[in-house]
Amino acid sequence: MAEIEIDTRGETCPVPLVECRKALRKAESGDEVTILGTHPASKKEIPMACKALGLEIIDIKEDDKEWKIKIRK
Amino acid sequence: MDKLYSALIVGNGALAMGMDVSMYFTFWGLQRLKKGGLEKGPLSKMHMLGLGKWMIKKRMKQANVASLERLMNDYKELGGKILACEMTMEIMGVKADELRSEWIDEYGAVGTYINEARDAQITLFI
Repeated sequence: MAEIEIDTRGETCPVPLVECRKALRKAESGDEVTILGTHPASKKEIPMACKALGLEIIDIKEDDKEWKIKIRK
Repeated sequence: MDKLYSALIVGNGALAMGMDVSMYFTFWGLQRLKKGGLEKGPLSKMHMLGLGKWMIKKRMKQANVASLERLMNDYKELGGKILACEMTMEIMGVKADELRSEWIDEYGAVGTYINEARDAQITLFI
């Protein structure tokens, strides 16, 4: 099992969502993909995409400026 | 330019959320598939001889919006399909070797579009 981290801080629509999908496509089943970002709408939309793709969100962390979403493939 | 942004952002969003996506390029849209043509489109409104486009591009740069080239590369990487209209090619005298063939999955006519669209959950005319 690998841990993959992608950083989309400073990127806007649709880049965080697209980079998340690209990373998930490359990941093997069981891998953990963590995505870091600052774009507010993507924080809501990445979990929506995961639900549509049938993937589990392990953790969501957030402070004033940034969010971090961890997904298991 | 704005219409191509709309198409690629919606297309990339749908791919990212696990849907299949095809885009059919006809008429003015097809011009954007020419080599070096992707970023050349005017604004669909308020172009103002290029002043409007220049202003919007400046604002987009400040907001760190991805380039059309990047969005297109992501679209293809995520498995998005591109269909080019053959009648437009004929009418406008566009030859196949003038187009970015590495992006184009199929050349066709209205039947190709309908065949793709008939079972689609979302269809948009942009």
